[in-house]
Amino acid sequence: MIAESIVNISAAVISASTPLLFVAAGELVVERSGVLNLGVEGMMLMGAVAGFAVTLTTGSPILGIVAAAAAGAVMALAFAVLTLTLMANQVATGLALTIFGIGLSALLGSGFVGQPVPALPKLHLAGLSELPVIGPVLFGQDALVYLSVILTGGVAWFLKRTRPGMMLRAIGESAASAHSLGLPVIRVRYLATLFGGAAAGLGGAFLSLSYTPMWMEGMTSGRGWIALALVVFGSWRPWRVLAGAYLFGGVTILQLHAQGAFHLPAQVFSMAPYLATIAVLTIISAGPWRGRFNAPADLGKPFRPSV
Amino acid sequence: MTITVTRRTFLAGSAAAAGTAVLGRPGRALAADPLAVAFVYTGPIGDHGYTFAHDVGRRAVEAHFGDKVKVTFVENVPEGPDCERVIRQLATSGNQLIFSTSFGFMEATLKVAKQFPKLKFEHATGFKRADNLAIYNARFYEGRAVLGDIAGRMSKAGVAGYVASFPIPEVVMGINAFTLAAQKHNPNFKTKVIWANTWYDPGKESDAAKALIDKGADILCQHTDSAAPLQVAESRGVYAFGQAQDMSAYAPKAHLTAVVDQWEGYYIDRVQKALDGKWTSTDIWWGFKEGLVGLAPYNAAMPADVKASADKLKADITSGAVHPFTGPIKNQKGEVVYADGKKASDEDMLKMNWYVQGVES
Repeated sequence: MIAESIVNISAAVISASTPLLFVAAGELVVERSGVLNLGVEGMMLMGAVAGFAVTLTTGSPILGIVAAAAAGAVMALAFAVLTLTLMANQVATGLALTIFGIGLSALLGSGFVGQPVPALPKLHLAGLSELPVIGPVLFGQDALVYLSVILTGGVAWFLKRTRPGMMLRAIGESAASAHSLGLPVIRVRYLATLFGGAAAGLGGAFLSLSYTPMWMEGMTSGRGWIALALVVFGSWRPWRVLAGAYLFGGVTILQLHAQGAFHLPAQVFSMAPYLATIAVLTIISAGPWRGRFNAPADLGKPFRPSV
Repeated sequence: MTITVTRRTFLAGSAAAAGTAVLGRPGRALAADPLAVAFVYTGPIGDHGYTFAHDVGRRAVEAHFGDKVKVTFVENVPEGPDCERVIRQLATSGNQLIFSTSFGFMEATLKVAKQFPKLKFEHATGFKRADNLAIYNARFYEGRAVLGDIAGRMSKAGVAGYVASFPIPEVVMGINAFTLAAQKHNPNFKTKVIWANTWYDPGKESDAAKALIDKGADILCQHTDSAAPLQVAESRGVYAFGQAQDMSAYAPKAHLTAVVDQWEGYYIDRVQKALDGKWTSTDIWWGFKEGLVGLAPYNAAMPADVKASADKLKADITSGAVHPFTGPIKNQKGEVVYADGKKASDEDMLKMNWYVQGVES
């Protein structure tokens, strides 16, 4: 019974954390390149509707997942053209992208409301998945859950260990210096923005294909904004973002289990994830890590290459 | 009913006059303008829940009256300062009867109604009325009592899980009615409540549903708007009830029935009264009897005696033989709130802020 509860609670925590992790890992790359895209909620919704629609019509969740990433990337492309080529204000454009995505996804998805799709299949590894407790928790999730962790690892490796990753970071710190060294600032920022869009699309697809396998208008319910906050919370570092996503997901689920166990108003529990986030943020920024709590220096600044 | 004469009706009136040889100034009530009716929704009509149910009512009005009405609606109107602008816009653009369908529109509707005394307004689920502002609400707790009756019979563990939105009287009343009805079959029946603190967040609703099943519930009830808890019930193999609509498409095995909001009859009646010039500001709180609250078809998995018991309770509530809040009723501390045979008044129910014994919140 206890083992079963642990498995069930862990599964719920993983589902609550995974969409945040996808979106935050993608946005982290975007921000490290110096671009602030606040349109994640809109890109997520487009990913959710595209993933759902394609899975329902073709019957293939793989095509659905690809379509979700593509839909997120297309939205990000619109953002990139506006802000990187046409030099529009990034904050305003990002907010517009969110509002646009909410409306467009509702329009495209109106015919899909009320139709369920089968949830993504859970992975089954012979031998490993049967292990008590850790089997189903570690080896019994669906493919997107593993992809989100692999994506985070990939981002960490890319930024720290590869030449293009270092280029991207340099561009985020000082686009002008990077440009004078001959680095392709705009091209790298385009690619980073597209990657962020695709990751947000995957986060949306996780919602509409695995977490709650259905399409409903506005089903992200503000998760994109939480993911944006997680990037700051993780001080622009992939593994800290992962820890933040799981902390937030964990407290979200545990507060539901704690309701009724203590005689406190329900509102206190629903505050818990946000209070925990603020507490950790305060500790990080006041503690010995203080010096490393730094945003990319050129974050949100438009760059026009001098000819 | 006031008739605004436009160029188009002037011409239509003249054409009608030509046939009947009525001479004189055409355009004076010879051919009536369609009655312009507007609906304001807080959610999307695609929510498959509360707003969807109101929109079913709107479409019924359109189908019933045809050319005699011109119906418009605005969806996704936030419950805040913006809704006043939307309602005023509808009032200035020629609508004569405006339904604002969410509790949070109350103040704005009242304000606009005062500014347009010749127009008719109706506000759902609120409590502020004026000469040209009627209010209407549904006795959803009657439906929830029938769900409780079914839960009391279908739950083996005797524990229901309740995904709740906000601790307001409307929701508290539903939880209590559900629990009391279930206890008629199983005196030890318990309802565990988890507050999602949202009307609509599929992810959070599904998390709450999972947590309730983990806490031992083997039947779920919800007072949030998405079908996510039903999907959880379906995948975990427990029973559940839908919200506002028949949601069986999402959970064919788990979905036992649902309390269905049926606004059609009310809307058609009110538009008819407006057309006849008999509209007055009223205050109604209707339930099963008037057809405002209904039940979705039962799941085939329900045994015949459970169905019969549910049907009987529904019939008894409809006839008035049974009131879901009839004493003896005890609160969570075990104190008697309603003595044997005493019934809760409407006023009591509308400000209910305590739970009956057996609710774990």
